[in-house]
Amino acid sequence: MAKLNAKALNDLSDRLHGEIVQNDKPVITVHMGTCGIASGAQEVLDCVKEEIKTRKSHIIVKTSGCAGLCSREPMMTVSIPGKPPVKYADLNPKKVVQIMEQHIETGSPVTKYALAIGSERTY
Amino acid sequence: MGDKHTSILICMGTSCDLNRSRRMKDLIETEIKNRGLENEIEVTTTSCLGHCGEGPNIRVEPEDVIYHNLEEKDIPNFIEEHFIKGNLMEKYVLTPSENDKSIPTMNEIDFFKHQRLLVLRNRGRLEPDSIEEYIALDGYKALSKALFEHTPESIVEEILNAGLRGRGGAGFPTGRKWKICRDAKGDVKYIVCNADEGDPGAFMDRSILESDPHSVIEGMIIGARAIGASKGFVYVRDEYPLAVQRIKTAIEQAEEYGLLGDDILGSGFSFSLKIVRGAGAFVCGEETALLSSIEGKVGRPRQRPPFPVVKGLWRKPTNINNVETWANVPHIIRNGAEWYSNIGTEHSKGTKIFSLVGKVNNTGLVEVPMGITLREVIFDIGGGIPGDKKFKAVQIGGPSGGCLPPKMLDIPIDYDQLVKAGAMMGSGGLIVMDETTCMVDLARYFTKFLYEESCGKCWSCREGLRRMLEILTKITEGEATEDDLETLKDLAEMTKYASMCGLGQTAANPVLSTLKYFEKEYILHVRYKRCPAKVCKSLINFYVVPERCTGCQRCVAACPTGAIKGPRSEPHNIDQSKCIKCRACYEICKFNAIEDVIVDAIVIK
Repeated sequence: MAKLNAKALNDLSDRLHGEIVQNDKPVITVHMGTCGIASGAQEVLDCVKEEIKTRKSHIIVKTSGCAGLCSREPMMTVSIPGKPPVKYADLNPKKVVQIMEQHIETGSPVTKYALAIGSERTY
Repeated sequence: MGDKHTSILICMGTSCDLNRSRRMKDLIETEIKNRGLENEIEVTTTSCLGHCGEGPNIRVEPEDVIYHNLEEKDIPNFIEEHFIKGNLMEKYVLTPSENDKSIPTMNEIDFFKHQRLLVLRNRGRLEPDSIEEYIALDGYKALSKALFEHTPESIVEEILNAGLRGRGGAGFPTGRKWKICRDAKGDVKYIVCNADEGDPGAFMDRSILESDPHSVIEGMIIGARAIGASKGFVYVRDEYPLAVQRIKTAIEQAEEYGLLGDDILGSGFSFSLKIVRGAGAFVCGEETALLSSIEGKVGRPRQRPPFPVVKGLWRKPTNINNVETWANVPHIIRNGAEWYSNIGTEHSKGTKIFSLVGKVNNTGLVEVPMGITLREVIFDIGGGIPGDKKFKAVQIGGPSGGCLPPKMLDIPIDYDQLVKAGAMMGSGGLIVMDETTCMVDLARYFTKFLYEESCGKCWSCREGLRRMLEILTKITEGEATEDDLETLKDLAEMTKYASMCGLGQTAANPVLSTLKYFEKEYILHVRYKRCPAKVCKSLINFYVVPERCTGCQRCVAACPTGAIKGPRSEPHNIDQSKCIKCRACYEICKFNAIEDVIVDAIVIK
């Protein structure tokens, strides 16, 4: 890793930002703050990874920190390119499998497990 | 904003924010100003328009169309075509895709719709172990700006003008603290991040360190540049293993990229950061005790003045700030003091993160602009009290803060307004309580906590807390007299005035605030030997209300000692000699048939 100077930082930022924005694969983000992990987010993550392997899916799985609504953990967000992200709550491996089958394969969210659709508001 | 009926609303949902919606807003505002149209067209922001992934989304009214996929170079044309010529730019108008209407939008979920993310801007979308993702989301751009477009003095000015105040609890103006440290005599200076977060129920700092550690590092490097420090420390409590791991990884990554260490970004400025893990002492959240701990000595506060900004670590000028304070810094430098000072109230700028916990439906981490009321946080965002219970009190500011009753719910969250009301902001823990919480038992719990955490240096704190705990325990056991209550009040006042550090000076707040707002409850305990919340075991005598008991026998199954008995479908009875007041029957009964001796009949004058 070469040490950055100001211009290199800017170029790197533009390139990496571009990669995120141009991404055309579905992304699953499992929210794993300590609260999430305590509620079972690790099992959810393991299940997602297992499902990806079994189905040979071309989707990206990542983690993030706490998503904020700790009482409804474990949570994960499914982002299909071009569509608003869907946040799922109160998850367990069984629900995760259903979500992978329906939402990822057919593009149709699993309403009964979904908490909300869309994004939070920033300043 | 006047009676302009033409509005441009730019979506500030996190997905559109990723697509540079804020930059779009700036460009649109500039274009409108250049054309002299500020009085005709209003430019504002809005929450998620629900079409994430096709953004940045821009809604125009009164036509109520959404534009998307506009690039920066299209802005002049957009203003020209749509607003001057009155033509819809079909190519860029969004045809809304059929969203599943059965899933509520973020704007419809109470917990999310009232929040506004600033420090937690990357929440839910940033891989904490990835510096690359942080950089992709504008990370370290503020540092670059601070090093190449600012002087150290102008950075201090920016923070001062933004109106940022310490988020650790006291709310001291951060810019002023930095200035004093910058001006202090000496070539060697230090900066410290206080990540001790000892308040029970508070986890804002843990969350920031776990989710977005680079935001704290970036803030600290900027602060070090402003103050003239070459070394910094992150003092994090060891009870946060994930936070420790994340900040450690983040520091290593920043060093690899040359964002920490020598000649940062080629600016000539050098700064290094080390982690120091706390060893489990609440008092080490107090700044002088914290510094003592970093020096390898026992965590004991010392007299101030001299303040750490003048004589801190190893007697050198040291600037200590809380995690959340540091995390605000990059946003202020990147977007400017004016932008920041438009958020919040006149004297409390920006947002505050709260950990909303306890007897509330939606527990979690909440970021709101200063000025919102406690009622909105607890009832709108928190969704109110679970079950059919009534709100009783909220503890704000940790053990040092005190409990506020229902009549104080409409106080705006603002440093000065809270102090005026006899409370304090604190670090952000909000513990909500309902009618099942005994305020005397609560005071006892926090007094015990503070008694165990007192460093022992001042007799007023050490002995004062010990004796207050003894009396509180007596009260909860039904052994106290009215003289004891008077002694308790005296001890509380004495501890407050005679102790040297913040812990001791606020140690009596659990007692003082509960006595102030819930004195009747104390009198019920002391004079009538009753606990209305049914918590203090020695003061409860459960009995079955025959008219309400259906004989369903749920309580019989729950009782661990066989104290409750009765034939099926007929009212039951409790054998007092066997009852251990565990409340299992009380909690499981669906007919409110388990009661304590009637308290309503006692009239307190």
